[in-house]
Amino acid sequence: MTDSELLNYPISADAALEPPAEWDELRSRCPVAHVRLASGDQATLVTRYDDVRTVLSDPRFGRGTGRKDAARVANTEDGGVFNSEMATVLPQDGEGHLAWRRLVGKWFTAKRMSALRPGITAMADQLVDEMVAAGHPVDLKAAFGFPLPVWVICDMLGVPDSDRHKFAHWSDCLLSMTRYTQDEMMASMSEFGAYMAHHVELKRTERGDDLLSELIDATDADGRPLSNDVLVATGQGLLVAGHETTANMITKMVAMLLADRSRWEQVLADPRLVRSTVEEALRYDVNAGFGMMRYIDAEIELSGVSVPSGTTVVCSMAAANRDEAAFEDAARLDLTRTPNPHLAFGAGAHSCLGQALARTELQIALETLLRRLPTLELAVDADKLTRVDGLAVGGLSELPVRW
Amino acid sequence: MKVTVDEDKCCGAGTCVLVAPDVFDQRDEDGIVMLLDEAPAADQHDAVREAASVCPAAAILVAEA
Repeated sequence: MTDSELLNYPISADAALEPPAEWDELRSRCPVAHVRLASGDQATLVTRYDDVRTVLSDPRFGRGTGRKDAARVANTEDGGVFNSEMATVLPQDGEGHLAWRRLVGKWFTAKRMSALRPGITAMADQLVDEMVAAGHPVDLKAAFGFPLPVWVICDMLGVPDSDRHKFAHWSDCLLSMTRYTQDEMMASMSEFGAYMAHHVELKRTERGDDLLSELIDATDADGRPLSNDVLVATGQGLLVAGHETTANMITKMVAMLLADRSRWEQVLADPRLVRSTVEEALRYDVNAGFGMMRYIDAEIELSGVSVPSGTTVVCSMAAANRDEAAFEDAARLDLTRTPNPHLAFGAGAHSCLGQALARTELQIALETLLRRLPTLELAVDADKLTRVDGLAVGGLSELPVRW
Repeated sequence: MKVTVDEDKCCGAGTCVLVAPDVFDQRDEDGIVMLLDEAPAADQHDAVREAASVCPAAAILVAEA
């Protein structure tokens, strides 16, 4: 295959809610494919469920941050989010990662998330009140999908959600693949770092009832506290991870249900389906963004193909989630599908730290919209919905609705 | 049914607790799985199987009697 024949990744797709035609072909004929990223670097794309799960679950492989020959995501000098200073400060693998993960992870347990339910529900109701007062049609992403998770993560971290326009810009810059220049990304990261460092300083002076305050005093199993750099990077990471993905997913979930309104009516008639509906929306999402990268530093075999050491593997969890070998009738949105071992949150030691929070927010978002706006419908044709391009996280640019 | 969990593999995602809260919990100090009932009653079996199959770290093993 010559250089010019390489498939560009991410694969561009026309329809916002339909999978790219290439996925079927890749899974069936070319499960271990050579692709070119926005950086121009080459990588190996895997799209089958078993391969994606195998790579993500293998504790030997990390993101390749700092490895000279690892492929870069973005078309900027440093290659984007996975090589950003924020990413490199945090322990990436092994014992260091495990200690960090357990220290932070205890704030995201299922029990803690259940305790947040009343507060999140009250916020969701308040957002619906504001939508109703403003009148329809309204962009559900701007009015509901985005502000809900921003408020939740800001409340958890103890930073003001009135700064959310700043977070949105910093987050877009951080997750950019093609949208911003290296200088713009650097400037934005430096502002964001200074902002979070300032907040950590404030918390040191006066502890609050929030995660940053708790992390200042927390120690790992050996009694060591987190360094200031790690505290700041953790705050930044949680703020970005805590809103961008969930905000987009709330919007995409509602779009999927309203694009064929019999789906909305099915869960409206039986609200016990909320939990399985959320899981199925996560599985069914075709617009999940870049996926996850792993730098393979020991030869492995995937679908009978040898993958040499030194390869950067891109795992498309979204393509894997449509694999007929793993999900019966994978192309059908089945709101009752159980169990649903989708890979939307990844797998293995690095699987999403905040997945219990994301699930809780998605369930509350759906419950609240069903209860408050049962007549909700799209205010445009589903085929007029457009994707956000150029970011590592996928989403819709807007979701006009009425009720 | 006999359930075992692998604490070393557990990544603290809490998926099992959301699916089968009568059988699984998480430790307050680090979010790692706690098995509340290693021989759950029959009415829990479906939820336990689901929890095992959706565990992102494959840290739950179920032996069917």
